Amino acid sequence: MDSFSNFIHMGGYAGYVWTSYGIALVIFVWSVVSPIIQKRQLIKRIKSIVQDEQG
Amino acid sequence: MIMRFIHKLGSPPYFYQFSGRLLPWLSGICLILFAYGLYGGLVLAPTDYQQGDSFRIIYIHVPAAWLSLFVYMVMAFSGAVALIWRIKITEIILINSAHIGAAFTFLALITGSIWGKPMWGTWWVWDARLTSELLLLFLYLGIIALYSAIDDKRKAARAVAILALVGVVNIPIIHYSVEWWSTLHQGPTVTKFDKPSIDTRMLIPLLVMAFAYKFLYAIVVLLRARNDVLWRERRSQWVTALFDGSK
Amino acid sequence: MLQAFLVILQRDLILAIRHRAELMNPVLFFVLVVVLFPLGVGAEISILQKIAPGIIWIAALLSALLSLDRIFRTDMEDGSLEQMLISAQPMSLLILAKIIAHWMITGLPVVLVGPLLALFLGLSTEGIETLFITLLLGTPILSAIGSVGVALTVGLRRGGVILSLLVLPLYVPVLIFASQAVDASAAGFATTAPVAMLSALLLLALSLTPWAASSALKMSVS
Repeated sequence: MDSFSNFIHMGGYAGYVWTSYGIALVIFVWSVVSPIIQKRQLIKRIKSIVQDEQG
Repeated sequence: MIMRFIHKLGSPPYFYQFSGRLLPWLSGICLILFAYGLYGGLVLAPTDYQQGDSFRIIYIHVPAAWLSLFVYMVMAFSGAVALIWRIKITEIILINSAHIGAAFTFLALITGSIWGKPMWGTWWVWDARLTSELLLLFLYLGIIALYSAIDDKRKAARAVAILALVGVVNIPIIHYSVEWWSTLHQGPTVTKFDKPSIDTRMLIPLLVMAFAYKFLYAIVVLLRARNDVLWRERRSQWVTALFDGSK
Repeated sequence: MLQAFLVILQRDLILAIRHRAELMNPVLFFVLVVVLFPLGVGAEISILQKIAPGIIWIAALLSALLSLDRIFRTDMEDGSLEQMLISAQPMSLLILAKIIAHWMITGLPVVLVGPLLALFLGLSTEGIETLFITLLLGTPILSAIGSVGVALTVGLRRGGVILSLLVLPLYVPVLIFASQAVDASAAGFATTAPVAMLSALLLLALSLTPWAASSALKMSVS
């Protein structure tokens, strides 16, 4: 476990290193998830259009 | 042969289908690359004797900076194709790249600033690299603003394509002028990322991360482009057929 | 072709002279911005001397930005732009004429007034000479790059803000090379490199921007 806590500690730079990785993670996840959410909404809207035209 | 493939890709239903089949593969490769890159960068790479462990920020900073330029090149290229051959898909790729490019430029800036704090003692240094990255962010924001200001989206895509081409001619000039400006004011920067004698155990994760970023960009741009294609083609038969059956 | 070029040039100049009040606005703005700096920074001549090239060049950028709109807007509104686009003359040549006319109307006064203001800021004689040269070489670049920005935004209602966002980052190299040249000469160093870079930028801008502006205009007007 010693090596693990060393790893988290990052030689005293933990704050800087993990903040950077955290921000990167947020940007990555957001950029992948937002188009997926957008697609769900799109499909709903398109489906209602399709049904309107048929009904 | 290649031209025929490009033309085929230019047709929206084929693009939608093809990108749908491509995405799982891209995601898989991207995950593997990220896993290896992060493990290599955070664990395998030895601690830098000057910068300590803070140098590990470069594994997200440098690939982001590379990608921010790469995305602009992709945009200029698809802009040229869009202007010459009027292929809709390239317009869509161009527009949807702008947000991703801006996001990664922002990431490069903010991680550069965080990295600079322990190195230089301040959050911001007017160093050539950070300054030109900041200007690149403005170029991206200009493209996004122009696109959202023009109501007719076909027209907006052409405007943005022209702007991207103008920008790509200017990027080397801006970069060179900023570099020149910073050497006059600061003298050569003391700490540089790209030391010539970088340890291979440090270098390989960096390159892997750079590829992982490129794949991530490809995934996101395809996801966004697919949404755009669906919405633009919502009245066409292939889209209605897609959702009619799956009710 | 040359005739068409001259006709456009003459027409724009005559139009500008008819609206004399508007003619003065960019220069007044330029002077005003420069005057604001001593008021904001303090009247200490050593500080002003040091930042004089930057002040004058930033003021020049802003006043160019302020006046860019008129390159195409009035022509767009009265329909003469469409006439130009469907005429047999190459559009890029006509645009080059309009760029030069715009520079003569808004850039040239700045070139003439700038050195005078530099005197007020305590710049040395060598510095003022170089400032004059850089303004002469640099301000046409501002008009040329600006023409592309205006061509892209001319049809928009909120075009002004976007125009500055598009154009200012592209002005950065001009600002850097010009103010560095003045800095260097005021400190007694050679200015060949930045002046040569400015000349290269000028040639590049004058040869490329008319093309970009004309395809942007075709998009905006259609």
